Amino acid sequence: MDTLTTLPALSRTDHQLPTRRVIEAQPGTGDRIFSGLMLISGLVVLAIMSAVGLFLAIKSIPALRRTGLSFFTTSQWQPSTGVFGVAAVIGFTISIAVIAVAIALPISLATSLFITEVAPTWLRSTLVAMVDLMAAVPSVVYGLWGARVMQIHAIGISRWLSTWLGWIPFFDVTGHDPSNPLSSLSVFSASSFIAGVVVSMMVMPIQCSVMREVFSQVPPGEREGAFALGSTRWGMIRVVSLPFGRGGIIGGTMLGLGRALGETIAVVLIISPRFDFSFNLLEAGSNSVSALIALRFSEASDFDLSALMAAGLTLFAMTLVVNFVASAFIAKSRSGASSEA
Amino acid sequence: MTILSDTDYRSAGAVDGEAPALGVTVLPSNPASGDAPHQPRAIGKISRDDLLVAFGAAVSGLSMTWLLFGRITPLDGKAGFVVLLFVTFVATYALLVSLTNDGPAIVDKVMAVMLSAAGVLAGSALLWVVASTVWKGRQALFKPNLYLDDMSRAGPLEPLDVGGIAHALIGTIIIMSLALALTVPLGVTCAVFLNETRGRVTTFVRTIVTSMTALPSVLAGLFIFATFILILGFPRSGLAASIAVSIMMLPIIIRSGDVVLRLVPGNLREASAALGAPKWRTVWHVVLPTARSGLSTSVILGVARGIGETAPVLLTSGVGASSNLDPTKNPMMSLPLATYEFVRSPQPALVARGFATAAVLMIFVLVLFTLARVLGGRPAGRLSKHQARRAEARSKRDLERFELRLNGVKS
Repeated sequence: MDTLTTLPALSRTDHQLPTRRVIEAQPGTGDRIFSGLMLISGLVVLAIMSAVGLFLAIKSIPALRRTGLSFFTTSQWQPSTGVFGVAAVIGFTISIAVIAVAIALPISLATSLFITEVAPTWLRSTLVAMVDLMAAVPSVVYGLWGARVMQIHAIGISRWLSTWLGWIPFFDVTGHDPSNPLSSLSVFSASSFIAGVVVSMMVMPIQCSVMREVFSQVPPGEREGAFALGSTRWGMIRVVSLPFGRGGIIGGTMLGLGRALGETIAVVLIISPRFDFSFNLLEAGSNSVSALIALRFSEASDFDLSALMAAGLTLFAMTLVVNFVASAFIAKSRSGASSEA
Repeated sequence: MTILSDTDYRSAGAVDGEAPALGVTVLPSNPASGDAPHQPRAIGKISRDDLLVAFGAAVSGLSMTWLLFGRITPLDGKAGFVVLLFVTFVATYALLVSLTNDGPAIVDKVMAVMLSAAGVLAGSALLWVVASTVWKGRQALFKPNLYLDDMSRAGPLEPLDVGGIAHALIGTIIIMSLALALTVPLGVTCAVFLNETRGRVTTFVRTIVTSMTALPSVLAGLFIFATFILILGFPRSGLAASIAVSIMMLPIIIRSGDVVLRLVPGNLREASAALGAPKWRTVWHVVLPTARSGLSTSVILGVARGIGETAPVLLTSGVGASSNLDPTKNPMMSLPLATYEFVRSPQPALVARGFATAAVLMIFVLVLFTLARVLGGRPAGRLSKHQARRAEARSKRDLERFELRLNGVKS
């Protein structure tokens, strides 16, 4: 045997860890221009977006300084006399949004479950397209439909509610006499309730698509486990789908609430503005912050505009909080589905 | 040793009752085999029974409602009729189902009906909105002057043969083109920025963009009205409107573009980097073409949102009656703003025009929406037939070129 295999001596006798090779990428000119361009575009978007918020805040200072905290407790809106506040307007805005979500939530929840669990497979993509299309219909079309087509039917419901459930404060309507069959129906028109019904049409598809997204991510193993234990389809939905999608349901609902708070033109087309808040939601007349801005900006003086800006800032702060909470819920839910507003 | 099944054994000539020959194993026959092939339990299938029960419940619910309506129940109006019909239908259905099923099965079937009812309700609401818009605008919708004429010569009492929405059509097209010219380069670059870089700036930009999707549209209009028009002193114009609409569209395009770009397979990027391409070439030649269909979908969704915005245009451009081709001055109408203006009037002719305008707007949105569906139907990187053919031809040309260079001859 004249050849022997010799192993090279280990150089790492002192147990030194091998040092990692440092990769140094030297970006070329093209890449430097490119990343500069990207950064600029990001910063421009950032600047535009923060400018909106900052500008609203700065411009609303004069109005807020004039009124102080009474801005949030005053109901009237007369900036020229210095007596103005958002108490009533915010109250109406919230009640319209709450009515909209209260109507849209059961429908969107059931529709999303219908799409993911009940509907035959060939129908599903059509239904998804239908819901997306509902979200794409411009709000002016919904407003037009609400004011000119749907209102007559909704007034019937309003009258029924106030006649039979009038003892609940929300459904009481001053000026409506159930015993008089000829009493005018105009006390029911242009109410928060009707605006809420119309806004619910816009909120429903947003909530529905978030919920559908979450329900479609239910782990098949858990679904099949429930079926294997002898569960019916509804039993499976109750013990698997709904608990799994809870974060998505809450998040989607709040996303819809954020949209409902900011809705402008559909509300303008339906309501007749008033500045005395009442909990009688079926009563004629309502208001909202965005409707106030859309109706008052044109004849506004500098100070009036500052007051409108302050109202807008309040609204923006509300929608921002609602949206952040919504995306936190969606991100924290087990599915972690992305929210696409 | 042979193994015989029961039947083989019999056919082999053995007589019943006689013990089988030694050395032969007999398998007992499975009485059920062959008769009932194994079938999985159908969970989501509708049987004929279910259909008949539902049909019977619907018929009896309808007749019961017919009887009860307006006599015993305190409901009135069409809405009341529908509500009562639904209640009686569900009650009858539950009763019929409970005759043949028990416990959880009844709940299951009734809940399936309730869920389906919600789907039907949503669908019929959409149908109601679209159909009533077209129906109420039908008198104005089918007259050519609606599309060719503007309202400069048509007063509120003018018949529907005079005047139209040409000014709003022109305005919408100009405003949306300007908004697209502003948002597409900025939005797509920003989406690429969010995807290609990591760090605190990226996270911050993403947070701000996300929060801006919550911006009520009227505030975007108010912002441009206060800065562009009151402070900078520009006149109210189509340009101002398109900037306001851009502020609404930008977050939508960036967010959905961000999602789409994230779907580009990482190995494509790595392959490009491994071939020595700098980052900008990777983005330009690999990432963007791969995500093309998804990016166009996000742009179209942004346009569909922007085209229907009324409040920003109302605040920044204002209402006019005549056609205006110059976006830098004078009011420029858009379709939603024209709708809004028409239906605020009590004149029936103007309201009919408003419904017709809304129908035209719906058609615009529908076309954009279908376009987004068709383009966005494919996942990132999947080519259409036509694109695949072109890519194939390109590869063939490349191959020829390579071979020419290597061998000096054309293969």
